[in-house]
Amino acid sequence: MSRALIELQHISKSYDGKPVLDDLELTIHENEFVTLLGPSGCGKTTTLRILGGFETPDEGHVIFDGKDITNVPPNKRQLNMVFQNYALFPHMTIADNIAFGLKIKRKTDKYIQDKISYALNLVGLQGFEKRMPGSLSGGQQQRIAIARAIVNEPHVLLLDEPLGALDLKLRQDMQYELIRLKNELGITFVYVTHDQQEALTMSDTIVVMNQGYIQQMGSPETIYNEPENAFVADFIGDSNLFPATFVRDELIEIDGRPFLCVDKGFGQNTPVDIVIRPEDVIITTPDKGTVTGVVTDLIFQGVHYEICIDVNGREWVCHSTEASLVGTMVGIAVDPFNIQVMNKPESEDEEAAAIEK
Amino acid sequence: MKNNRRANSFALFGMPYYFWAIAFIIIPLLLVLYYGLTSEAGTISLENVFAIARPAHAKALFLSVLLSVGCTVVCLLLAYPLCLIMVNRQKAQNSFLLFMLIIPMWMNFMLRTYAWQSLLEKHGVLNTFLNTIGLPSLHLINTPGAIIFGMVYDFLPFMILPIYNALQKIDPNLIHAAHDLGAGFWQTLWKVILPLSMPGIISGITMVFVPGLTTFVISALLGGGKVLLIGNVIEQEFTQAYDWHLGSGLSLVLLLFIVINMILSSVFDREGNGGLL
Amino acid sequence: MKKTKRNLGNLYIALIFIFMYAPIVMLIIQSFNASKSRGRWGGFTTFWYQELFQNESIMEAFTNTIILAILSAAIAVVIGTAAAIALARMKKRPRQTWLGITNIPMLNADIVTGVALMLLFTTVNVQLGFGTVLLSHVTFNIPYVILNIMPRFRELPPHIYEAAQDLGAGPIEAFFKVIFPEILPGVISGGLMAFTMSIDDFIITYFTTGSGYNTLSTKIYAEVKLGIKPEIYALSSIIFVTVLILLILLSRSGSKGRKMVKEVAL
Repeated sequence: MSRALIELQHISKSYDGKPVLDDLELTIHENEFVTLLGPSGCGKTTTLRILGGFETPDEGHVIFDGKDITNVPPNKRQLNMVFQNYALFPHMTIADNIAFGLKIKRKTDKYIQDKISYALNLVGLQGFEKRMPGSLSGGQQQRIAIARAIVNEPHVLLLDEPLGALDLKLRQDMQYELIRLKNELGITFVYVTHDQQEALTMSDTIVVMNQGYIQQMGSPETIYNEPENAFVADFIGDSNLFPATFVRDELIEIDGRPFLCVDKGFGQNTPVDIVIRPEDVIITTPDKGTVTGVVTDLIFQGVHYEICIDVNGREWVCHSTEASLVGTMVGIAVDPFNIQVMNKPESEDEEAAAIEK
Repeated sequence: MKNNRRANSFALFGMPYYFWAIAFIIIPLLLVLYYGLTSEAGTISLENVFAIARPAHAKALFLSVLLSVGCTVVCLLLAYPLCLIMVNRQKAQNSFLLFMLIIPMWMNFMLRTYAWQSLLEKHGVLNTFLNTIGLPSLHLINTPGAIIFGMVYDFLPFMILPIYNALQKIDPNLIHAAHDLGAGFWQTLWKVILPLSMPGIISGITMVFVPGLTTFVISALLGGGKVLLIGNVIEQEFTQAYDWHLGSGLSLVLLLFIVINMILSSVFDREGNGGLL
Repeated sequence: MKKTKRNLGNLYIALIFIFMYAPIVMLIIQSFNASKSRGRWGGFTTFWYQELFQNESIMEAFTNTIILAILSAAIAVVIGTAAAIALARMKKRPRQTWLGITNIPMLNADIVTGVALMLLFTTVNVQLGFGTVLLSHVTFNIPYVILNIMPRFRELPPHIYEAAQDLGAGPIEAFFKVIFPEILPGVISGGLMAFTMSIDDFIITYFTTGSGYNTLSTKIYAEVKLGIKPEIYALSSIIFVTVLILLILLSRSGSKGRKMVKEVAL
């Protein structure tokens, strides 16, 4: 991993006595695409705003490139932000919007002109110099907001739910665009979103947050395949999240039925949570399944069918390319490798937090 | 910390206004309160407030309320259909009409009101016109009717503007939806348009009722000095009788009406906007 | 059917506007009436227009009115704009208190405002005249400025102030570069509204002025009892036509002008 660029040390922040961030520790490396992911109110935007200098933490330090910048105002930081809803200046042309930061830094006209055309080129909006922000579509405004930020050659680009206002198709296009930009510019991206799909698609590292705490940090694959707790498992993707008993190493019981797994070291007869991704649930004939159940719902979703199966009163969700008719009795099996065992949250508080989402 | 400091430097911008508002809005009103609640000897007394019950004052107040309510009702009845007609027209045409409605304000209102004298008097333009088309003359000048006439003339724009604004904000799809669900014109008007334009109506009523209640100019111009309104009484106490205590006491009675009005309008205008704006 | 409905609508609009403009037409006619008495037509003349410029007391009242309107609007714009900026950043509770106070001069009866200010000025023993009238006009003008600007703050795109800082502008620079241009239309329309209100005011001026200082309104009121001089009809006709032409020119001068007229109108 390349060198650490930003360190958040013991950051705490509360509003009107309500804690938003509690002793947050986070290191962001050079050229990394880091995504802060979590439900609204989890503290992800506050973290970003602390990085940008729009909020000052109550406690803790922000270290940038080895220097403490906790109290440096936003206009003196070498980071630039792409705001939610873009925050383009409505009374200025696109060119003036992009030139804003450069004019403040008193760059030459020639330099500014070059930068504008370079940036417009980069975001694929050549010839938009004279247009006003109001005449642009959401996606175009988004690109201009990015162009306006990157002409200042920031070391880090902060993005606050930049795609939230776009429709699905555009959002997917922009996701690829952002990855391309990041690779082309070779700078660090810190990205805030509540959309897990977006996070999985773009990030090098995902930081899953909830209620001011970091729940898990890791590569998209790790987060998806090996969630550390029920909150992460539930927040990332559809999943079958069940309470279970860890009977002994490599054996668990779900609702009293034994399943083989690959996890070890959770003790004996310990209550745990397990997660099984819907695509990992195998539907077979009743005699071949580990458990049996009745199909209660069948929904066509394009790539696959979503099938709900009632197993002794617990609903299992599975994805399959083959339809099973509602009312049929089916068998269910799971590859031991696909059962992810997690510790139960320790305090009731954490449990409440996990169940809430 | 840093953010707070930044916010504070902008908070300082408000200082001149805060001083101004205290010196020229709050303190003067407190002075009215002081004079109204004390006698000339300086002792606290409600005598000047209760002076409203004197027959002459009570009659003036009663007439003022009556005329002002009449004026407000007439304004509402004239303005609402006008606004309904206007919102269904093109925007460009409407801004021209609204603009035409504002222009007269640039001509001194007293002069315009005074001009009604020539129009309404016995052998004035209106009666000449009525006689030519074979109708009998109207005796309007120097009657309460003429005063209502003048008030409606002066305050009608203040009823039209907020109602038009409120109507214009109604999403046309709501009206389409009402029609779609089977409501006819009157039902849609009564059940959808009227409730949605209520904030505009309320602020229009506020803007018309208070000046109507307290005017002393219109009655002086069109009442020929024969119709005495509460505004005229107060004006005379201050400019002729020099009894500030009595004048203030009667003003406090007016203030009571205004406060009720303010409360009503703030209940209906939660955005904290002036309705006219 | 639809056409009849439309025609009925047009008729109604026309009637309202005849009502609104009848006295104005009347005044303009009077200004060309050779006869001094308003009931009789004594032939066409432009005599009163020539007289007008000889009549010092009317011309003085006119200049007083204009100077007062410009000054009071300008002062109100400065104080009101600054106040709106502070109010926009305030927490909800104190902001609503101040806006409530700001609403007082608009919702209060002019006669009470006028009387209250008069009590203030005489209590602190200030000579009534231009100074006290100016203070009073600024007082009722500031709310128009504030209430015209406040909605602009609400309509500001979110985060643009922060975006400007993010791009390197200091707090003050950021304000003037991105916030001020956005609220400027509100400042202008507030100022124009204040100017109009000042020109049109009679009651508050009446109570706060002293002998020797007249605006057009107080001058006219004083003259009503004796019969209004036809020169005043001439003057108001000139004002009216000038304003009409100015506003029409402005609204013809392209979209910006039209927008401004609309803002003044509303």
